[in-house]
Amino acid sequence: MAGVTGMDLRDMNQDERARALGMVSEQLTGRSMFVEFDESAEERFTYPWAPDVDYNRRTEFDTGEMSATEVNLKIRGLMAEGYGTIVVRNPRGRHSLGVGILSRLNLVFEGSLGYFGVGLIDGPNVRINGRVGWSCGENMMAGTVVVEKNAGSTFGAAIRGGDLVCKGSVGSRTGIDMKGGTIIVGGDTGALSGFMMQRGRMVICGDAGKNLGDSMYDGTIFVGGRIRSLGVDAVEAELTELDKAWLARKLTVNGLLPETGVGHFTKIVAGRQLWNYDNLEPTEKKLIL
Amino acid sequence: MAGTKYRGSEIKDVDQFLDDSAGLASEREQEIGQHIGYRYDVNLVPDYGRLTPFLARYMEVMGWDDLNWLEDIHMGYEDGQAAVFDRNINGWVRVPKSIELPDNQQDRDMIARELLIKFQMSDRHPLATLRMAYTKF
Repeated sequence: MAGVTGMDLRDMNQDERARALGMVSEQLTGRSMFVEFDESAEERFTYPWAPDVDYNRRTEFDTGEMSATEVNLKIRGLMAEGYGTIVVRNPRGRHSLGVGILSRLNLVFEGSLGYFGVGLIDGPNVRINGRVGWSCGENMMAGTVVVEKNAGSTFGAAIRGGDLVCKGSVGSRTGIDMKGGTIIVGGDTGALSGFMMQRGRMVICGDAGKNLGDSMYDGTIFVGGRIRSLGVDAVEAELTELDKAWLARKLTVNGLLPETGVGHFTKIVAGRQLWNYDNLEPTEKKLIL
Repeated sequence: MAGTKYRGSEIKDVDQFLDDSAGLASEREQEIGQHIGYRYDVNLVPDYGRLTPFLARYMEVMGWDDLNWLEDIHMGYEDGQAAVFDRNINGWVRVPKSIELPDNQQDRDMIARELLIKFQMSDRHPLATLRMAYTKF
């Protein structure tokens, strides 16, 4: 890699660039790649390629007749100019707005979003002063998203990290296949919330619908209200003092801490009966299910 | 209870997977010859009383009131060595042996978070090279 300049790379095709940067193709054999941390690595807080934005530089625009792609490109362009706080007026329920933002940013939507709003984000703090459709924060990696009103189904589908908050109620299958992060719902959640959850935390301040945590592999669900029913392999666990401290902190930050505190929350975890499922014999599967 | 025997080994000690790299404690693990489940408690929430100054500065820069995505980062163990899982490369990154490990998982998790941030934000992260080779925009 040493000795290759940006100018050299520009003149190469993609294969040549990959080879010049020391990348090789090989048959995967299942072994681990050996990578070790560098103790003396410098302190940096953003990706090397992230735009240098300033939270104190604020701008706003009205989406008017713009398409979703145009709105997203506009946001990207403003970040490249160094704006750290962007207000988007009249999003008009368009789908897929604010997706793929991979750096820090304060983003405010003055209105409601359609399906797949603010998905695939890695770092920004988003406030939506309205409602959202299906799959808000889908595949989110890091950052915070706060929805002031209600959300549709599959809120936070496959989320990997960050805090996704809906101050109102959400539809069914909240946090389906979630692999990390925290989903907080101020109101109620529908059926099959936490379905196939693998890790992460879900906090429901109100009631939870049928089959909560169905087929969850790991992770934790905290419910402040009534649970209609638990799904396969979801079981109640003891709420520890550390859990209570964490819950109180999270809910306080988001202005959702109940007057009665967090002592009444029920903690749900995986019973781990389905672990290593693939190694079971067919007859054993029948016994479990 | 159906299926109980398929559980992995229970984590009883912070050095369990350093002292026993295979970690095949349960009957079922020994039978199949592989470890079941995670080698650390993925549900352990952070103790904010143990936050390091670096992580506090990171939260400030990002404008977060807490550790955000780092709440899911823990120190794990691979082949008898401390390591951290980096989701951006889908693999384990090992902690150098020169780093002294504290005697509790909470402090180890804080070290893991700090090391992972520095690695992910550095030019030596594989994502930086991949970006140079394949970036489209």
